[in-house]
Amino acid sequence: MRSPATARQLLRYLPVLPAVLLLLVFLAGPVLWAFHASLTDAGLTGRSARNPSWVGLENYQRLLADPVFPLSVLLTVVFVAGSAVLGQNLLGLTLAVLMRRARPLVSAVVGTTVVAAWVLPEIVAAFAAYAYFSGDGTLNQLLGGLGLVRQDWLYAFPMVAVMLANMWRGTAFSMLVYRAALNEVPAEVTEAAQMDGARGWQRFAFITLPMIRGSITTNLMLITLQTLAVFTLVWVMTAGGPANASTTLPVLAYQEAFKFGDIGYGTAVASVLILIGAAFGLGYVRLLREPRP
Amino acid sequence: MRRRALKTMSLIAAATVVLAACSPGDPGASSKTLKVAYQKTDSFTALDTMLQAAKQEFEAANQGVTVDLQPIQANDDDYGTKLALALRSPSTAPDIFYEDTFKVRSDVDAGYLLKLDSYLEGWEEWDTFDDGAKAAGRADDGGTYAVPLGTDTRAIWYNRKVLEAAGVTLPWEPRSWQDILDTARKIKANDPTVIPFNMYAGKGTGEGTVMQSFYELLYGTGSSLYDEETGKWVVGSAGFQDSLAFLKTLYDEQLAVSPAEALDANVWKKVFGEWLPNAKMGATVEGSYAPSFWQDGGSYEWPGYEQDIGVAPFPTQHGQAPGAVSMSGGWTLALGAESKEPELAFSFLTTALNEENSLSFTVESSQIAVRKDVAADPGYLDANPFVRDVSALVSVTKYRPATADYPRISAAVQEATEAVITGSRSPQEAAADYDAAVTDIVGAAKTVRK
Repeated sequence: MRSPATARQLLRYLPVLPAVLLLLVFLAGPVLWAFHASLTDAGLTGRSARNPSWVGLENYQRLLADPVFPLSVLLTVVFVAGSAVLGQNLLGLTLAVLMRRARPLVSAVVGTTVVAAWVLPEIVAAFAAYAYFSGDGTLNQLLGGLGLVRQDWLYAFPMVAVMLANMWRGTAFSMLVYRAALNEVPAEVTEAAQMDGARGWQRFAFITLPMIRGSITTNLMLITLQTLAVFTLVWVMTAGGPANASTTLPVLAYQEAFKFGDIGYGTAVASVLILIGAAFGLGYVRLLREPRP
Repeated sequence: MRRRALKTMSLIAAATVVLAACSPGDPGASSKTLKVAYQKTDSFTALDTMLQAAKQEFEAANQGVTVDLQPIQANDDDYGTKLALALRSPSTAPDIFYEDTFKVRSDVDAGYLLKLDSYLEGWEEWDTFDDGAKAAGRADDGGTYAVPLGTDTRAIWYNRKVLEAAGVTLPWEPRSWQDILDTARKIKANDPTVIPFNMYAGKGTGEGTVMQSFYELLYGTGSSLYDEETGKWVVGSAGFQDSLAFLKTLYDEQLAVSPAEALDANVWKKVFGEWLPNAKMGATVEGSYAPSFWQDGGSYEWPGYEQDIGVAPFPTQHGQAPGAVSMSGGWTLALGAESKEPELAFSFLTTALNEENSLSFTVESSQIAVRKDVAADPGYLDANPFVRDVSALVSVTKYRPATADYPRISAAVQEATEAVITGSRSPQEAAADYDAAVTDIVGAAKTVRK
């Protein structure tokens, strides 16, 4: 028999119950299903389509022996580090800082332009980026107009092209987060530092950045996880090519599961992706928890 | 307090049960519904037209039956994926669906398709179907699981003006690979801005790379991909290397498109819509359905294409017998193994594929007829000036080995072509990579050196 106090304790969780149930059904469910499927030879068609059999860790062993896998992990890390952690994050911060100094009109125009890329549905943004970088796309026409050498961007530098496209698309998010965060920095702290003789960059590095540390970490976590999962952009622009030069993990998982109909192997790739995401997530949560100076 | 908590909990539990029961219920006993899944894109509406007509006809003849047409708007690859996903669960599986011939065998293995033998016995018109086409719906157990809609062949399509300007005698009939290279070099020498002779390569064009390029070469050397007798995959063949070497020559001498263009999945649109109509391309290897893009109402309407375009069979390597080579695919209609109304579904299939509907579908989509009565119909033979030429290629055509391993093997072939045209591997190295990949996919026991 529980005491009334325990019952009340339990009752407190009641309001979150629907949310927890939804999370379990729509988030934990697919994740567990993917883990389970990665231990079977489930296929889209063929003998094992309806009655997959248990194969243990075979899919993971195959993954480790697959020469595309390490390349794919490397490309994913480069993609996330280059276009999210460095690209979107720094560009977003820079824009947010500059916009505070700019005239309202300039700030509004820049803000709208940047956010425009973000509000586009992913598939539209992907086609726009494809049209921009493709052989006779906008970029090459601009370069040609300036008398510069035209490049087959999607062929010669596929990773650079998809990273630039992802930066273009995602910077708005970081910019908005940092604008909100910068507005929260109390003016008197900055002024006090100014009185103490701190120069502009010193005020930024020693006052502003530490004060928005929480926002930085949250932003990093969100854009990292978002970029890890980017599929449409890469698929539409390069489909992972040429010769796997832009096959990030989501693209690899899609190819294996749906193009080759090997759902077991595809979900094994997806499971690795989930683990990488979880590792990043844990790292950022750690950073968030550290006592503030 | 505790009582109330319990009450609330039980309410929530009850609500959950009620909600779970709210899943889509059965459509009622009095009316029957047939689900039809098929592909529809902005350049492929012929099937939609045909099924709409069949729906009207069928619903009028069978009171109380609703035909629920569910078009899937996707390219061939994505359509196959969506269909397979729907077929995995009996609750989403359609009763009748549009099925690629090369997926029939693996989908039969998966238990997705209904065996049609007992139904076909009672259908007189089945005898009007061509024997070769009937084989496309047959599985390893000898049973028939799908009824062919149409088939296709592959040939060289050339722009007469471009060839004429380069001084090539028309009609152009290349007898060997050397003839192709000689003509392509002639065109290049005459006008360097023209792409003389395109053949797809690389993973961008997917099955197009193998069906409309590599297999024409490979099967023209006398080699093959798969040994039907032993059921083993061929590795280490000289023909495979020669085929890669031919592609390398085409791309290295810039007789085809640039490698960057070749790897763009949209390159075929430029071939049909831009380069051939604008006389910027001498020739390409494409399917018998090519005129469907250019005719009235096609995606790339080209008035007068009948006068500007010529067609020629793709030659064998040195002109050895039978002198020409072609590849065939094609699509079928099949019934879901779990269909609740298999007889009604089959009845709809026979309506959809009757003579009248088959004829209009075959003509509109520039397919090669599989029904003998349609094949003899003047409406079919005069649909465009090339029907007779491409239909004749049925005598030399080959089919893909449609096993469950095929998609991976095909991808390995595409990778080999990509490595060669980008110069990252020599034909010899790429062929060795392919052999290793095949051995890896099917196991050494299922390969044979030839």
